[in-house]
Parts: sequence; C-alpha cells; structure tokens
Amino acid sequence: MDMNDLRALSTVLMFLTFLGIIFWTVIGGPDRFRDDANLPFADDDHDESEPKQEKSS
Amino acid sequence: MANPHIAKHPEYDYDTVRLFCLATIVWGVVGMAVGVLIAAQMVWPVLNTPWEWFHFGRLRPLHTNAVIFAFGGSALMATSYYVVQRTCQAPLFSPFLSKFTFWGWQTVIVAAAITLPLGLTTTHEYAELEWPIDILIALVWIAYAVNFIGTIAKRKPNHIYVANWFFMAFILAVAILHIFNSIQYPVTLWKSYYVPSGAIDAMIQWWYGHNAVGFYLTAGFLGMMYYFVPKQAERPIYSYRLSIVHFWALIAIYMWAGAHHLHFSALPDWAQSLSMVFSLILLFPSWGGMINGIMTLSGAWDKLRTDPILKFLVVSLSFYGLATFEGPMMSIKTVNAMSHATDWTVGHVHSGALGWVAMITFGAMYHLIPIMYGRKQGQMYSVALINLHFWLATIGTVLYIASMWVNGLMQGLMWRAVNEDGTLTYTFVEALEASMPGYIVRTIGGALFLAGMLVMAWNVWCTTQGRTRAEEDPAKLDPVLDAEADAIAPARG
Repeated sequence: MDMNDLRALSTVLMFLTFLGIIFWTVIGGPDRFRDDANLPFADDDHDESEPKQEKSS
Repeated sequence: MANPHIAKHPEYDYDTVRLFCLATIVWGVVGMAVGVLIAAQMVWPVLNTPWEWFHFGRLRPLHTNAVIFAFGGSALMATSYYVVQRTCQAPLFSPFLSKFTFWGWQTVIVAAAITLPLGLTTTHEYAELEWPIDILIALVWIAYAVNFIGTIAKRKPNHIYVANWFFMAFILAVAILHIFNSIQYPVTLWKSYYVPSGAIDAMIQWWYGHNAVGFYLTAGFLGMMYYFVPKQAERPIYSYRLSIVHFWALIAIYMWAGAHHLHFSALPDWAQSLSMVFSLILLFPSWGGMINGIMTLSGAWDKLRTDPILKFLVVSLSFYGLATFEGPMMSIKTVNAMSHATDWTVGHVHSGALGWVAMITFGAMYHLIPIMYGRKQGQMYSVALINLHFWLATIGTVLYIASMWVNGLMQGLMWRAVNEDGTLTYTFVEALEASMPGYIVRTIGGALFLAGMLVMAWNVWCTTQGRTRAEEDPAKLDPVLDAEADAIAPARG
C-alpha cells in the first residue's frame, strides 16, 4: 500500500461521509429542522429597535 | 459619538456592528470611485496623469483591495457580528476583540491605500500587500475567528444556525489561505520574496485566489443571504435540509478548483484537468444556494413589488446563479483557450462582484442600518431612494457585463485568428481599438453603479440623523405597477 492508495481511500471516505450527511438530513421527516430554520425569528422579543417615527414611507 | 438616534441594545454589542456598517458605506464609495476612474483611464489614457501614483497599474490593485477587503470585508464583519449575536442569543465573546477587529481592519485598509499607489506590492493578485501588513491581517483575522467562534460557544439555542456555519467556513478558510499564501522572506521593510517559486508558487497563489472567491465572496456572503433573505421576507428559508447538503458540498469541492486560472501554463496537465472537473461539479452546490434563496419567496412573490430591499436580495441571487453558471463554463479548457486574459474574465468577475456581492450587501445594509439607529428593519430615510439605487445598480451591472462579454468574445476571436500562411490576422493594437466602444459602455455602467452607491450614502446619512422622507406608498408611486394592476384586475374578474 503506497501513498496513492491512501489518497484514493481518503477520497472514498470523504464521499461516504457526504452520503452520511445527506442521510442524516433526511431521517426524521420534513419537520426535522423546523425550529432550527426559525432561529432568525427566535429572538424577536429581544429586539429593542422600536420605531422612533410613525412611518418611514 | 453624540448622535441621539444611536440604538443601544441591553444585551448585544451593536456599536461594533454599526461602525462596520458605516465603514462599508464609506469604502464602497471610495472603492467604486477608483474603479470608475481606472475604467475611464482605459477610455482616456490621459487620465493616467504624469504622477505615477495614479497610473492604472498602481490604482487597479487599490480598486480590487478596496472593494473586496474594505467594502466587502467591512460588510461581512458587520453582518457576521450581527447575525451571530441574534441567532445565538448571546453578546459578542469579547468587547476588546470586537474593537480590535474593527480598528485593526481599518488600519490594514489605510495601509493598503498608502502602499499600493506607492508601488509597494508583492505582485500576487488579491494578495498584493507587503509582509508587515500581512502580519497585521493575520492578527486581526485570528482575533475575528476567536471572537466569532467564542460567541457561538456561548449560544443559548442548542443548534448553530446555518448562516453561522457559512460564516465559520469563511473565517477559518481565509485564515488558512492568507497565512499559507504569505510565506515570504522579508528582505527590507517593504520588500519580500515568496518561499515557493515557479509553478508551485503559481499553484499556491491560485489555490489562494480562487478560494478567496469561494470562501470570502461566496461562503461569507451566503452566510449573509441565509439570515437576511428569510428575515426580510419574514419567512424561514425554503429548505433547511438543502442548506446543510449544499454547504458541505460547497466546502468539499471548492478547494481543488483554483488551478483553472492556470490552464495551458507550466502547471502539470492533470492538475489543470482536475480543476476543470471540480469547477464543473461546483455548479450543483452553487445553484443549491441560489435555489434555496429564491424559493424562500415562493408564495410571497408579491412582496417584490413593494419592497426594494427584497428586490436587491433576490436579484443578487439571480446574478449569483448567472456567475456560478458562467464560471464552470469558462473553466472548460476549450472555452478557456478563448476567454483567458480577455475582458470576458473581467465581466465574469463583475457579474459576481457587482451583481451578487455588492447587491446582497446593499440589501443586508438597508435592512440592518435602520436597526442600528433605533428603527424597525428596513425603515430607511427613503424607500423611493432605495428603489432608485436598485435600478441604477441593476442597469449599471447589466451594461458592465454585457459590454465585457462583447469585448471578450471579440478579443478572443481576433487574437486567435490566423492567415493561411500562419501569420496573425490582427495585431494586438487592432483588437484594442475594436474594444473601445466596450470600454466606453463599461465606464457608463460603472458610473451608474457608483451613482447608486452615492444615493445609498445619502440615504444612510439621513437615516443616521433620524430623518424620514415624506413619501407615498411605493406601490402607488409606480406608474408601471398601476398600469399592470389595472390590466390584471379585469382578467381576475
């Protein structure tokens, strides 16, 4: 086994890891990431940015 | 600063974010103005002036450094520091490191603006700055990485939101790229030589150069996209699952694509061909991001009619899709044989830089800057001026890239044309003369884009002063929309 076998093996392992990531995202059904996807809205009650003017447009 | 309109957040550090936002606007004006100047120098060579500091060769790297690292860098630091706090529900890790990244980065920019016109350069594209500045960049960048990742470590939610994954990839990859592409022997304070030489030096340079495109101009701005598009559209991203898959695909594939800058060079043939294959595969993860962003508006397309901020964000994704389709095509060796070293390359870079990077930045800044001044998201001084900016930027970009397509194809064909006896059909000067109309159109396009940036600067200035322009509802202001609404209304019955 020389260096090139290790290089080929690392490519195969990388690809299998990628397939593993795809599998990981698919298991658990469509609502799996619902809360995670809503993280940008999760801290809206923290928001201090109240409008100073009534209207901008 | 004694501005009474500045918003203080009880928990988050808005001060650093606000400073980076303002730096983004200032360096945007400066960087784009230098771009228009050097475009004009191509049309009117007299503009090179007798002073060497203002020659094209000295100002061109100043332009690229100013728009990529000063404008783009400040925008990335502003948005990443904002997004990581909001999505981790934690303040920035270290107030000292936050201040250090801001003032350190501004020092780098000022040092670049002084040394590049003086002709102090390593000559490596996008890595022109000499070794003392390289060391400062490395220090600032490591501080940035510690501050960002430290904030993630303090997060309240268990999950790390996808935008932060993109920002982390961008920060870590740029640290590695910058450090390994800056291994130099210093000779004097402002002169150094690279340790690798020849084809290896070239390979490392374009490994750096193209991954700067991949991780800085793509992954970083995708991080911006994954927060500001959902936030401005007020709905979560189209497919979170797709965001994870295309993130890892993008990260895994980009690293090998850089050698396509060295087709038909002294680089080993297998490395050239491999880079072409990886560049072609890159189309899929790139379009994964574009589709995910655009489809977020699925079911809410009507928002595009009245919200110019959303128009900026969505049109930037369209240009991203265009540039990431064009890039793989240009990496094909037979296509590259014609496109290489022509204006087509310049046009391709600008469809990414103006269309994608600058436009997504404009959208994000219009969303973010009002928040920094105690207003609701997107509540700028004037919505009509955002709309004006949108059209100036879009028309400017289209003029720029279309003129460079025409020039690039023409130059490629003229340079390779040979007579029956094997001599060249055209001299270089003939191809240059034929490019003149394209250079004029490009200057006009660039000037329109700069005009839009100035409109933005005015809008931001008035917003920071707490002003609001009296305007009608933008939907009612637009005669085209009214006519369309009238035409559609009877059909709907």
